[in-house]
Amino acid sequence: MEKNQYLDLYHQMVLIRRIEERSAELYQQGKIGGFLHLYIGQEAVSTGLISVRRPEDRVITAYRDHGVAINCGIPAKQVMAELLGKATGCSKGKGGSMHMADVEKNFWGGHAIVGSHLPIAAGLALGDQYRGLNNVTICMFGDGATNIGFFHEAFNLSKVWDLPVLWVCENNQYGMGTSVERASAVPEIRQKAEGYNMRNARIDGMDLITVRDASLEALEYVRKNGPMLLEIVTYRYRGHSMGDPERYRDSGEIKKWQETDPIGIYRKYLSEKEIASLEEMNEIDTQVDHEVDEAVQFAESSPEPELDELFRDIYVEA
Amino acid sequence: MARITMREAISQALWEEMERDENVFIMGQEVGVWGGTYAVTKGFYDHFGGRRVRDTPISEAAIVGAGVGAAMVGVRPVSELMTINFAFVAMDHIVNQAAKIHAMFGGQMRVPLVIRAVGGGGRQLGATHSQTPDAIFAHFPGLKVVAPGTPHDAKGLLKAAIRSDDPVLFIEHATLYQMRGEVPEEDYVEQIGKSKVQREGDDVTIVTYSKGLELSLRAADELSSQGIEVEIIDLRSLRPLDMEPVIASFKKTNRAVVVEEGWRSFGVGSEVASRIYENAFDYVDAPIKRVAQKEVPLPYNRRLEQHALVQMEDIVQAVKEVTYG
Ligand SMILES: Cc1ncc(C[n+]2csc(CCOP(=O)(O)OP(=O)(O)O)c2C)c(N)n1
Ligand SMILES: [Mg+2]
Repeated sequence: MEKNQYLDLYHQMVLIRRIEERSAELYQQGKIGGFLHLYIGQEAVSTGLISVRRPEDRVITAYRDHGVAINCGIPAKQVMAELLGKATGCSKGKGGSMHMADVEKNFWGGHAIVGSHLPIAAGLALGDQYRGLNNVTICMFGDGATNIGFFHEAFNLSKVWDLPVLWVCENNQYGMGTSVERASAVPEIRQKAEGYNMRNARIDGMDLITVRDASLEALEYVRKNGPMLLEIVTYRYRGHSMGDPERYRDSGEIKKWQETDPIGIYRKYLSEKEIASLEEMNEIDTQVDHEVDEAVQFAESSPEPELDELFRDIYVEA
Repeated sequence: MARITMREAISQALWEEMERDENVFIMGQEVGVWGGTYAVTKGFYDHFGGRRVRDTPISEAAIVGAGVGAAMVGVRPVSELMTINFAFVAMDHIVNQAAKIHAMFGGQMRVPLVIRAVGGGGRQLGATHSQTPDAIFAHFPGLKVVAPGTPHDAKGLLKAAIRSDDPVLFIEHATLYQMRGEVPEEDYVEQIGKSKVQREGDDVTIVTYSKGLELSLRAADELSSQGIEVEIIDLRSLRPLDMEPVIASFKKTNRAVVVEEGWRSFGVGSEVASRIYENAFDYVDAPIKRVAQKEVPLPYNRRLEQHALVQMEDIVQAVKEVTYG
């Protein structure tokens, strides 16, 4: 990688974290409504993963989607505008936090019904395979989603039909307040792929470089051979969504994970390898602050959708 | 009488039934350690323990399906769906299994299962998380569908549901949890399948349930100040659907408005209106009006969402239209 590529990845992670922190504030001020699921702690996962996709590779994920949206190339402004329900948002203010998408960026959405997008991902890949295209569909989902039937049907189908899907489980240890041990019969999610005779790997999701290397290898495998599961072990620092009483874990556990903070690890990596100085990174931090301010300003000054918008896009044909 | 919230009323019904009958237990996502995502089962896990307050994986088909099976062998599960939108994931077990098993095997088996589900829009949760699909569940014979509009009815009807030997879908509206109302201190059980007059009046009959009741009561105050007295009939359950108080009221007022939160097409209003036409055609003085949600998937944007949902003013206007006022 070139130096600027290393720094771009740093920029992405910091941008996502600041956007999320600002979103939490805007939620508290009542400017964002509905459910808000923050990605803080998990930044390295989609940053590393999506940095190695080809533009023609598709991405689809669940409702914890702001970071994924940004990594797919949706400008922070449009993400913020969507959070505020504005006409300039990536889903015209009609989707909100859980339903960001930008088809031109090959980002096929945040999806709010747990696991429901897994069969859809198999279908994206089926469409591509059917037409003889060489794209991979990257489907991201949580650990909790692997306990719903959708997951198993999609895994089986993708394997029997050799569909080019890279299944990526963001194992952040919990589905809402239920830990993996309490909800899943197997302690490692990757074991579930074994039952479908599918190649799998389990990697550290707090280390950006590990994620990036493993993702690159996995994508090339899928492109040639069909589906694979990558389990990426990570942690969310904040509650499941805003207003989570967090009775299921203690603050010591969160602190322990924060010792392996993805941004902290990467800063250390860049400076120890003498790829970038702390000053250079701090400069990026300042730049990100401006970017986030601009995004919020853009969103706040953007118009609300017209009332007529309610009746638009219900059907393709009038 | 105590003035408590709908949330407390539902919580009390569950608690008291679990104390009364050791066979009653709860299962669903985050009902235990978390205390219920709407805090309905707060404190249950510590009191009743993990055997009777069971946190499940995210597996709606199994939450309902295993509820059906457990009910068949004589225990009384209350399967909780975090929201009714996830009932679609469990649709086979609700529709093809719970609703059919008693009849299909000639009455040999029973399914005394309660499925609690939180429904309704108005909280900016977007298209998949804001639905009010109550009417479609009422389509299926063999399933009872209950949807209370007051704390009093919620408590009494949930107890009835738990004691019922038939499967009951119990729908709670998310924006009614904070609503307060009078609830008796002593144990009481309401009968499922009885509509109730919630306000008396001579000019127009409003037929409604759940969230529609709250809106209709507010509309009634507004209309009363303008000299129109409405009678409000709360259906309380969509199946069985008790039309008797509706027909009796209609014979007095000769005009009706049906208010529901869900979509108009193939909805509660359509059913109620046609039953009025079938049973009281000679008493009709004006076409029956249906007030319902605009026919679009609900958007996230607050203003648009509110524009799509029924507002108190829509009810006022509909009542005026049937009185030609
Ligand atoms: C079918 C369905 N059931 C339940 C929910 C409610 N719900 C939303 S997120 C969630 C937890 C999902 O956990 P996981 O898959 O691990 O993703 P994470 O939130 O940790 O990113 C639940 C239970 C839902 N949206 N859809
Ligand atoms: Mg998780």
